[in-house]
Amino acid sequence: MSKTMYEKIWESHLVHHEAGQAPLLYVDRHLMHEVTSPQAFEGLKMANRKVRNPHSILATLDHCVPTKDRDKPIADPVARKQVETMIANCKFHGLNLYDMDNPNNGVIHIVVPEHGFVHPGMVTVCGDSHTATHGAFGALAFGIGTSEVEHVMATQTLPQEKSKSMLIRVDGKLSEYCTAKDIALAVIGTIGTAGGNGHVIEFAGEAVRELSMEGRMTLCNMAIEAGARAGMVAPDQKTYDYLAGKEFAPSGDDWNLALNYWKSLPSDTDAVFDTTVVLQAADIAPQVSWGTSPEQVAPVSSTVPSPDSFGDNNKALACKSALDYMGLEAGTSITDIEIDYAFIGSCTNGRIEDFRAAAKVARGTTVAAGVTAIAVPGSYHVKLQAEEEGLDKIFLDAGWEWREPGCSMCLAMNGDELKEGERCASTSNRNFEGRQGKGGRTHLVSPAMAAAAAAAGKFVDISLAKAS
Amino acid sequence: MEPYKNHTSVTALMNRNNVDTDQIVPKQFLKKVERTGFGAHLFHDWRFNPDGSDDLTFELNNPAFKGAKILVTGDNFGCGSSREHAPWAIADYGFNTIISTSFADIFYNNCFKNSILPLIVDEKKLQALMDEISSNEGVEFSVDLENQTVTTPAGNGFSFEVEAFRKHNMLNGLDDIGLSLAHEDKIFAFEEQQRQTMPWLWKIA
Repeated sequence: MSKTMYEKIWESHLVHHEAGQAPLLYVDRHLMHEVTSPQAFEGLKMANRKVRNPHSILATLDHCVPTKDRDKPIADPVARKQVETMIANCKFHGLNLYDMDNPNNGVIHIVVPEHGFVHPGMVTVCGDSHTATHGAFGALAFGIGTSEVEHVMATQTLPQEKSKSMLIRVDGKLSEYCTAKDIALAVIGTIGTAGGNGHVIEFAGEAVRELSMEGRMTLCNMAIEAGARAGMVAPDQKTYDYLAGKEFAPSGDDWNLALNYWKSLPSDTDAVFDTTVVLQAADIAPQVSWGTSPEQVAPVSSTVPSPDSFGDNNKALACKSALDYMGLEAGTSITDIEIDYAFIGSCTNGRIEDFRAAAKVARGTTVAAGVTAIAVPGSYHVKLQAEEEGLDKIFLDAGWEWREPGCSMCLAMNGDELKEGERCASTSNRNFEGRQGKGGRTHLVSPAMAAAAAAAGKFVDISLAKAS
Repeated sequence: MEPYKNHTSVTALMNRNNVDTDQIVPKQFLKKVERTGFGAHLFHDWRFNPDGSDDLTFELNNPAFKGAKILVTGDNFGCGSSREHAPWAIADYGFNTIISTSFADIFYNNCFKNSILPLIVDEKKLQALMDEISSNEGVEFSVDLENQTVTTPAGNGFSFEVEAFRKHNMLNGLDDIGLSLAHEDKIFAFEEQQRQTMPWLWKIA
């Protein structure tokens, strides 16, 4: 019988299933950061349980870490205690932690692929919704809560109901001004933030196949913003080339054994999905979110919508409330929206390719008066690579700040945040109220758009700018 | 986990869609290493004025909803981050039942780990429940998990679905981990087979 990639991975990880109980799924890899794990370690301790497979865990410090003055202690005592707790817990249980001064440190979903820790076909979890990122490798990767983090540490399994499957096919070629981020935002704009609820999404089609591994990671990363349990892309030669030679990738005879298995994973051609959505890549323009939900997004060449333009009453009310919060008027051209801040980074867009794309736009420009622009590499490896290529100089010359790695202003836990009313062009993943600081206003965009907006002080139709 | 008991309780109304976990517990409260005390931060940015006083325009500050254990709210509740701090805050504040048309997946799973019952109703039913609360603020609904029913004074009650194992665990306050470990022989067998067929998964320096 023909199967989807999700079904193949699911079935090969089923430890036990009996009527009246949830299927028990085996977990191959477990990723961790400081925010969602302390209570799980505490739970283990109280029940006198051990970590079953310490080798299955890779941990980092990312959410609370400062992106400047890294040599000084973390100023916030509560954050400092959380970081110290993580270090102590990892030491106690013998877990691999990329501490703040480790050259491998960075945002969890950036460092894991850098070291080849997740392969095609693996079931991977993390107490973090953006775990979906690793689906880019043809893995089943999803976010879990802290109780489940404890569960996986103790048992290496999770009771899980099987999700429905959704195929999102993006046919044709993407315009040169668009990126994986624009596909992600366009998809969420199309199916909505609850559109993927209960589903695992497989992204396919020419535009997806043409994406680099970094681009596929950006796309899968935001599957959660569409409500999906996970996002995934079938592995192919790009996947194998990316993994080859990485620290935790198989080598020698194991490589061929693994490769054979990986090649068996893609969905069968006649596999049936519960839901199929087809987008034309040519219809996707550079995207800018205008509201407080990632589905409230529009092409840069358009205008801020009016609540009246939505047939659905709930959507109209959500639009009205978002416009109030965002301080925007319906009918305003997106390119007339002025910004105070630009942020390039996060697990969505903190990879080397993102900084290359942004630097290409930022080269020779100057950050507009009154705009603060910060570039935060996703990891020390990204930072070093960018510096080797001279990208840091391009940003610094243009008036950007070039920071140390971390989650930074994606969720503003580490002190990098917007003030009340400030407006930011951000390459992160969520534009929820207060996400980047109480009263802060977030517009989700691609790295190229963030760089263009920083220079112009407002959003720019990059396709027109390039053409002229 | 506390066992879930049948109850009759004040039911609060929060007529908003897509309430995300960043609103349920803003990130400034995620730095704690404890599991307790998050109720004080529930809906912080909506609930309090900048000077720390209650924002009386916020739904849950309505005195009629004081002591509510049941929350009726809009579509896609709990979307966004996986933070279990959200259900911890909801439970610590006093809610043990949430009724909506839909929930985000991770939040939904997290609820069951914290003795919170997330109940899904259709749009029409949700509207009827919301209308009943609006016209009779402070109204008490009854939840019977054993028989899988909710009843209301105006007759807007309904039966709900819940997976048998989740119901069993909640009624008995059972530890999920213990249940999985009851299958430890099968976990061992799975690992042994994986070592044979996919040895590369087990070779990590």
